[in-house]
Amino acid sequence: MRRATFLPLWLTYAFLYTPVVVLVVMSFNRSDSPYEWSGFSTAWYGTLAGDDEVLRGLVNTLIVAAGATALSTVLGTLLAVGLARHASRSRLLPALSVVPAVLPDIVLAIGLLAFYSLVSATLGLHSVLLAHTVFGLAFVTAVVRTRIAHVDPSLEEASRDLGAGEVTTFLRITLPTLAPGIVAGALLTFTLSLDEFVIAFFTAGPKDPTLPIVIYSMIRFGVTPEINALATLLLAVSFTVVIAAQRVSRLTEAL
Amino acid sequence: MAGRGRAAGGPPSRARLVLLGPGLSYLAVLLLLPLALLIGYTAFRRGRFGGIAYEDGSTGENFARLTDPLYAGVLTDSLRIAAVTTLLALLLGYPTAYAISRLPGRWRTVALVLVVLPFWTNFLIRTYAWIVLLSSRGVVNSALTGIGVIDRPLKLLYTEPAVVLGLLYAYLPLMVLPLYSAIERVDPRLLEASADLGARPARTLWSVTLPHTLPGVLTGCVFVFVPSLGNFVVPELLGGGHTVMVGNLIRDQFLTARDWPFGSVLALALMAFLVLLLMAQAWAGRRLGGR
Repeated sequence: MRRATFLPLWLTYAFLYTPVVVLVVMSFNRSDSPYEWSGFSTAWYGTLAGDDEVLRGLVNTLIVAAGATALSTVLGTLLAVGLARHASRSRLLPALSVVPAVLPDIVLAIGLLAFYSLVSATLGLHSVLLAHTVFGLAFVTAVVRTRIAHVDPSLEEASRDLGAGEVTTFLRITLPTLAPGIVAGALLTFTLSLDEFVIAFFTAGPKDPTLPIVIYSMIRFGVTPEINALATLLLAVSFTVVIAAQRVSRLTEAL
Repeated sequence: MAGRGRAAGGPPSRARLVLLGPGLSYLAVLLLLPLALLIGYTAFRRGRFGGIAYEDGSTGENFARLTDPLYAGVLTDSLRIAAVTTLLALLLGYPTAYAISRLPGRWRTVALVLVVLPFWTNFLIRTYAWIVLLSSRGVVNSALTGIGVIDRPLKLLYTEPAVVLGLLYAYLPLMVLPLYSAIERVDPRLLEASADLGARPARTLWSVTLPHTLPGVLTGCVFVFVPSLGNFVVPELLGGGHTVMVGNLIRDQFLTARDWPFGSVLALALMAFLVLLLMAQAWAGRRLGGR
């Protein structure tokens, strides 16, 4: 019975990690073909380091992710506090704030494309940044609202009773107590924005693709083992970040 | 929350405007307006030079095209592919989530992180990995011909099963997580009672755990079904243009055919279906006594 219980778990891990392992192994392949093994080499990492298209995509992605995160965090935090304080009886406004998170990405993408076209906006990094803020705002609002539900409202009342104004109370009491939620929401937005493809695909200008768009065209037109090297690096980065985040969250739980 | 509703329904205070104003305006302009635009487009038809043109009766014509066998076929194919993906995710995800819940406490987090870890890697890279595995000269075919199981490579890539596999790979964690939290929430006293009454673990799983976790099953199914249905990247990269899903169709109407009105109709049809699905889930969840 016990062995049978854990068999599906091993099956799932085999399914999840076989492709990952294959990509990592193939990134050290000497061959020009991304599939056939012909000996060990790190040459593709060299090619990758000299690929301006990839580097530019990476820079564009970081600009968009940082901008969208900053904007989402400010708007989302204000909205979450506002919903808790001034719309606690409304069901419509909280529902509206989660729509971007549950809407199929392609619907949001073409809606935004239609909007940009209507107002004759030029497409570029700014249009992707504004688009990513739509879903980032939803995630920050959701995470901060969860945090607010766990914070004692009497802290703010005490602050006001002691004579602090609205702004002072917000900056010195509300923000610090919500900080863990705000940081979590910001990190989530940043990560999702780095990886986001569909919305960027529709709202980016032809001149400044983000890294996922560059990867997409690499896969579609001309697969070389260079992409295996890129994949391995991205895997290494995201695995490190997720494990580090896990460590940190366990650490804060313990405190 | 008592004492917080102070200003609700009252006159718009400055604090209220400062807090709610920016976020709601942002959503009004960059979410509601775009969605309203898509609804508006359905009243037009494709213009001669790519844009849109108004013509009486366009709305009916646009929606009638959904019943055209060509497009209806894509819609039913999409539903079938998303449904098969969801079913496979459930069949693999439930035993996996169950196994994790049987692990000793400190191992559970590790096991869950291992399930979620690939999910945090670029979606395109994860899909691309299956091209490397499945292509005619790919790893699977090389291995099979290498050990002499087959003489000629099998056609694995650019098939519908490849699309299902890619979607399953992409969204399996979204099935395991809600299932795990549902299984973990089952009152252990129920399981003890079942065991005390002489039920074997398998019987307890079937008669106690499974019925109590049906709301989690529904959530997991929605989490996998929804993104699978609208996906256009996996059908394109792993289906190679032979498998067309509604997402591909919408993308093509907007970027290739430049028929935005019909593209909007397809997008609204997709959304309408998902809203119905979510309503059905909420209704079923209440009936099952879930949250």
